[in-house]
Amino acid sequence: MKRSLFVFIIIALCFAFPQSGKSQCKGFAKKICKAELNPFTHDGNYHAAILTEGEEAELYKTFYSDQEYRVAICGSVGLPNIEFKIVDAHRNELYNNRNDDYTNVWDFKLDSSQQLKLVVKVLKAGNETEEPESGCVAIMFGFKVK
Amino acid sequence: MANNFYRFKFSMTFMLIIISALVIGCKSDGKGDKEPEFDVDMTEIDEALFDNINQAKQIFYAMPSPLETAMLVKSAGAAYDEDLLNSIDNAGNYTTNRSMALNLGIYTCDLSFASLFDQTQTSISYMSAAKKMADGLGILDAINEETLERLEENVNNREMIMDIVSETFMNSSSYLQENNRQAISSIVLVGGWVEGLYLATKLVDKDSFEGNKLVTRIIDQKLSLNIVMKLLEEQKSNPDVAAIIDDMNELKAIYEKISVTTSEIKPSFDEETQVTTLESETKNNFTPELFAELSAKVESLRESYIL
Repeated sequence: MKRSLFVFIIIALCFAFPQSGKSQCKGFAKKICKAELNPFTHDGNYHAAILTEGEEAELYKTFYSDQEYRVAICGSVGLPNIEFKIVDAHRNELYNNRNDDYTNVWDFKLDSSQQLKLVVKVLKAGNETEEPESGCVAIMFGFKVK
Repeated sequence: MANNFYRFKFSMTFMLIIISALVIGCKSDGKGDKEPEFDVDMTEIDEALFDNINQAKQIFYAMPSPLETAMLVKSAGAAYDEDLLNSIDNAGNYTTNRSMALNLGIYTCDLSFASLFDQTQTSISYMSAAKKMADGLGILDAINEETLERLEENVNNREMIMDIVSETFMNSSSYLQENNRQAISSIVLVGGWVEGLYLATKLVDKDSFEGNKLVTRIIDQKLSLNIVMKLLEEQKSNPDVAAIIDDMNELKAIYEKISVTTSEIKPSFDEETQVTTLESETKNNFTPELFAELSAKVESLRESYIL
């Protein structure tokens, strides 16, 4: 009986964890990452995922001419540096935060509207013997209201 | 002996259940398992951009939110015309998930548009209409009485109002995503996007077509339409999404007649403002005839969504 109860709890926790992770991610994005957009207005969209060291996420978005944007990339506590780069449709790298000491925000505007790709990568901390860290990574955009 | 055998079998069965649960329940969203094709439907675009797409664990197709869509229309010089907004009297007509999701997007876009023009009372009314849609979809507490009170308390503070709109939209979309209702979330975004396109096409001054910023915004939506299609394709097994894909294909057929070419992008960093400008130029072959065809299609789609 005890064993059945134990197994049931493990299964229930396992099913509950992804939901809990997602909810924590939302809370993290809302409380921590959104503040990084200040003084820009958050566009209201929400992009967040649980990533482990060495993993990447990609985001495709159209950015419009004559608008000023801020992108904020935030990783939860314990994650190593997060590298992000912006790539155009010709695969040219337009920005890489590696050149800015892995800053988590970048402000930009465009002369003409473009579809760009944002690549986010959680860097490896370096110690191969330790368990790789996992955590929430949020990508948020803000714009200047005109 | 037999007792031991059954005990072993019992333990193995439980082990298998636990391992299965771990694999099913504890894995990530799994979007990265797919190998999506991402064909940028724009002239002079290099397919190489999408070469490494399967390396990423998670792929996001970020459509403009209703707030961004409304802002793009306003910043392109559009005037405010309340008669163009979807009447809040229609809110009671939406009873299916599809119609409520589409009109949550539509009302949020209208709400944002009214807020950007400081139409506070209208904003409050449209927030109530959006709340009705969110409640109908079972989105708990995304918009509550406190939200409406905060709007009323900040009637003269546009920034705060935009912040409230942004927060309520984020609450709705994150709730849907967390509860694995991505199909509904995508339909909400399509609703807002179509509403923005509708407002833009209706507000273009046809006497000054050349060099008109609003016309440029309408052309730019060719890029966002690609993202709309990719987002919807991920949920195409949902019948409501499948129907909307058909609608978007009709729009795409017209957008495909518009050719857009872009020059190489050159980043230029301004030390003083700390802002990078991505310098480039685009050309297009948009004509008043194509505009009329596109406007008619957008109007008929939007009409079918608000009925």
